[in-house]
Parts: sequence; structure tokens; C-alpha cells
Amino acid sequence: MLTSVLLLADSRLPSGGHGHSGGVEALVERGLLADVNDLTCFLNGRVRTAGLVVGAFAAVAALSRQEWPRWDWERWDAALDVRTTSSALREVSRAQGSALRRTVRLAWPDDPGLRGLDDIDQPHHPLVLGAAVAAAGGGHEQAAALAVHHLVGGAAAAAVRLLGLDPLRVTAAQAGLAPLADDVTAQAASIAARAVADDDSDLLPADTTPMPEIMAELHAAEEVTLFAS
Amino acid sequence: MHRDDLGAEPRGTALAVAGRRDRRNLRIGIGGPVGGGKTALVAALCAQLRDELSVVVVTNDIYTEEDAEFLRRHAVLPDDRIRAVRTGCCPHTAIRDDITANLAAVEELITAHDPDLVLVESGGDNLTATFSYGLVDVQIFVVDVAGGDKVPRKGGPGVSRSDLLVINKTDLAPLVGADLAVMRADAERVRAGRPTVFTSLREAPQVPDVVRWVRAQLATWRPVQAM
Repeated sequence: MLTSVLLLADSRLPSGGHGHSGGVEALVERGLLADVNDLTCFLNGRVRTAGLVVGAFAAVAALSRQEWPRWDWERWDAALDVRTTSSALREVSRAQGSALRRTVRLAWPDDPGLRGLDDIDQPHHPLVLGAAVAAAGGGHEQAAALAVHHLVGGAAAAAVRLLGLDPLRVTAAQAGLAPLADDVTAQAASIAARAVADDDSDLLPADTTPMPEIMAELHAAEEVTLFAS
Repeated sequence: MHRDDLGAEPRGTALAVAGRRDRRNLRIGIGGPVGGGKTALVAALCAQLRDELSVVVVTNDIYTEEDAEFLRRHAVLPDDRIRAVRTGCCPHTAIRDDITANLAAVEELITAHDPDLVLVESGGDNLTATFSYGLVDVQIFVVDVAGGDKVPRKGGPGVSRSDLLVINKTDLAPLVGADLAVMRADAERVRAGRPTVFTSLREAPQVPDVVRWVRAQLATWRPVQAM
């Protein structure tokens, strides 16, 4: 089980992640993120807001494994949609969800939960990730942890590429954020457990800040960008 | 793993990951270092083949829309037959280690146009870049003589293992002191019988040797898909 879950934690897992900067490119282009300290501040905010949201939705998908294929996917999918106010970010989440689905469907071809994803046109990334963690034998806390982990890792890798930051210092910054990420993960997992037990998507968090949403819209309208988001 | 042997595919994504026997389109990757003439070659192939075949193009330029713009500007294909993939500063990752964004682009074009030929152009990279055979069926590696006549000798997976090596800009050879005979001999030595052609897209924009090779690939392709 651990090895399978680690496959999903690996940034080399083919799922399109390398083409996304998690909002970093738009900030770098505008001089709003220029060094490791800026990156750390940005990630701190992202973990507390978007991290809590994607973590909770990944955990929901992992918890709902038993109900598949009868799970009411569309309701949770819509619940994540309304929590993602930027349409550009909704598209990004769905594109990455589809990419991840392609890979995990081949990796666990017989898993009924993942097979259930075939009918969704463009599933959101956190939900596919949660389903994949469950298919790999992991639990809902691990699903939440991986969602937060990729949120941080994708942005950190992009910052290294775009700014030539010292990758060792960036890794140290990520290590410094790990306790916060763990707290947020635990919070996301327990909220998800309540939402699933009560069958109520309204219990799920909707934390966000305007800046990444605005930046995502500006980025999508940009003529020349290196990253898709 | 053999390239046909991809195992079970999800329904919704079956088009792009299906083994080559299951689909009618041939996918050709066109890779190589910056400035060798990849985009010019793609434009030339489109111009030569678009009247008899349904052709679509996916580009992976590091500046996203740049190559797609070039193709549109030269009006070699209608806009809706070209898709640009953003590679996050890593053009080789997008065509080799994580091909999912390119597969999605290929799949969209196949759904929209049911093409005979899919050209996937990599972003300009270095001599170590190659396509995954999960993305393309065959690949062309494009280098130019201005990079120096030692390029074939250096080898690297693109030079030695691509299905066709194109050495472009032969018109520049005298100007940069490149010895084409040396390049040919070195290429033959590292390529173990795989073909190499010399081109000058400026002097012979119809690239007859490359078009002939592509036609031969299509000819051997079709009997397979009829099985």
C-alpha cells in the first residue's frame, strides 16, 4: 500500500503537473514573487486556503470509495466548482484531473472507484486524486496530505525553474511548511469525514484569497506564458 | 514494454492511448535542438500533404503559442487544426516523461478532425531529447549543419535512435566550415542502419526526401490498421 501511495506522491507521476506553476508564474511576471521568502509567504497562504479546500475534497473522494459506482459524483464536483471562483482555475483543475485519471486508470485498471470516473467528462483534480489514493490502498488523510503536498510541490518547482532559486533552499522552505501542511491536512480530513457522514457538501471549506484567483484570470489571458497556469 | 502493449484503457481516454493497431491516424514526433528547422519542416510537410491527407499539428514551443502562430501566419493549416501545449520550462518532460498534456491535445484534435496524420512538434531542446513512443509512432530528429559537423558524432538518443535524422541547412555548410561527408559518415556509424537525409528548407522547401519517408510510413501503417 505504501509504495502505491508514494507513486501518487511523486512529482514525476505523469499527470500534467509539470506544466502548471500553481499561480507562481503570474506573480513572478509582475514582480510580486522574487525570492525564497516570497515563495514561503505565498505557499503559507495557499496551504491555509486552497490547501484546506483541495485536501478536504480529496479526502471526500477517498472516503466515498465504498459507495462507488453509485456515488453522487456530480454533487461533490459541483461543490468544488462553486468554491473555485476563477473559471480559469476551474479549467485547470479539470484538465489536471483528466490527466491524472488517464494515468491512474491504467495503473489500477480494475478498481471500481476509478472505473466510475470514466463517465465524468472532466473531473476535478482533488477528486481524482482522492479516488486514486483509495485505489492505491491509502486512507482519506493520505488523500488530503497528497493534495496539499502537490499544491506546494508544484508551485515550488515552478519557482525554481522561473527564478533560478536555489533548489536546496526551496526544499528547506517546504520542510519548514510541513508542520502547517500536516495541521491543514488533519483539519481537511476531519471536515471531510463529517461532510461524508452527514452527506452534506455544504460542510466543506471554501477558504480562498482574491489574489491567486485574479492572477489565474490574468495568466489565462496572457499571450506568452511558460506554464499553463 | 512493447509500444503496442498498453493494456486496458479508460473509455473516455481510449483514443489517445490505444495501441497503434486500434487507430487509423499515424503520429509523427518532430524534435531537435533550437533553431534547427523543426517548425519550418512541419510547415513544409503540411503544405505538401494537406491536399491529400487530413493533417493536424500539436506544438510544444517553450513560448507556448509561438510555433502555432508561425504555422497560422504561413497559413499552412486552418487554426482549428493546430494546438499548442505549454510545457512549464521543460519541453522534454512534456514529450517524454509526462505526455498527458500532449495526449489530451492529440485526442482533442482527433475527436474534432479524425486525421490521417498527427504531427507533434517538440519545443527546441538539446541532443538528449526524445519522444516517448506512448505519444508518437515514429519520430524525426532535426539538427542543422550550423551547429557544427561534430553533432552526429556526439550522438545522443535523438541523433542515434530517431526513426529519421534530418540534417538541415546544408546551404550553410560552406559558410560555417561544416563537412557534410563527415556528418554523413558519423550519422551512419551511430544510427545502425536508420535513415538520414540532408535538407535545405530554404533551397528546397518541398523537402522531397522527408515527404517520401512520411509517405512510406503511412503506407506501412495502413495495412496494419486494416487487420
